[in-house]
Amino acid sequence: MYYLYFATGLALLVSFIVNREKTFKAIRVATNRFVKILPAFLGMLIFVSIVLFLIPDKLISNYLGKNNIFIGVLSASFFGSITLMPGFIAFPLCGILLKKGVLYSVLSAFSTTLMMVGVLTYPIEKEYFGIRLTILRNTMSLFIALVVALMTGIFFGEIF
Amino acid sequence: MKRNDSIKIAGVSVYILFLLASFVYGFNPGKEIGRNFLSFSVDMLKLLPCAFILIGLFEVWVKRETVEKHFGEESGIKGYIWALLLGGTTVGGLYVSFPIAYSLYGKGAKLSIILTYIGASGICRVPMAIFEASFMGIKFTIIRLMVSIPLVILSSIALDDYLTKRSYKIRKAK
Repeated sequence: MYYLYFATGLALLVSFIVNREKTFKAIRVATNRFVKILPAFLGMLIFVSIVLFLIPDKLISNYLGKNNIFIGVLSASFFGSITLMPGFIAFPLCGILLKKGVLYSVLSAFSTTLMMVGVLTYPIEKEYFGIRLTILRNTMSLFIALVVALMTGIFFGEIF
Repeated sequence: MKRNDSIKIAGVSVYILFLLASFVYGFNPGKEIGRNFLSFSVDMLKLLPCAFILIGLFEVWVKRETVEKHFGEESGIKGYIWALLLGGTTVGGLYVSFPIAYSLYGKGAKLSIILTYIGASGICRVPMAIFEASFMGIKFTIIRLMVSIPLVILSSIALDDYLTKRSYKIRKAK
């Protein structure tokens, strides 16, 4: 995290030394873009706050462990798609689930959809890239996650 | 658009009133939702100002030709490699990579390459992959990356083809 602040500060400083005008222009561009997308972020935050309340971590872990591989992978993809979790929560959670006996393929479906499919980020993605591309990209990503889960299952000897 | 906006404003107002009422009357689910909202807002506010300042600097300093050369139609396989590297080092989640991808696209990057970048920023962020490997084992992470990276590139190319054939337009930044 801190290296991001450092890099940004450094970039700003260098830019400022080289060309003051351009740096102010950059800050104006940054502010404009940020303000423009803010409503979409607000929408996302509202969705996130509600969905995380309705689907807490506990519910997810209860769900993933109990079923057979097929239903496990599907429900993992579902949860991964509709929630949003920072990696520092997601992977420890996956680690715990793994110890509890949840299959690798189920966890790979969960983590891949978590990272690639964003139902909650839809308001933002749509704002930038339009509805059609957003839906196509997310659908495609869901399929990728299912293939990854399948391959993980094969390599870990969980399928066949 | 006007009508849509007023619906959104109404929705947000109801949400805020609900949270306020929950805190005043001690309604626990509402308080929980409020806390979720706050903690995620704080997480994002830590990242977004930096991301947008870097985007601003990028817009001002980086020439269109440079982006076209490395990420554009002519960049070939190198463009995808750049996209993977850039995605692998982007901090934050999808919500940070969307504005960055959009900026790149505005400067002439190819659609399939920015789609690869978005995918890569999800699946192969380096710090996260290391973190993942420590919890799930290196074998898990390697399989996941080996399978998903080629699929991300292939599906990005397919999506680009499909959308270009149907002359899909992405709104350009002002």
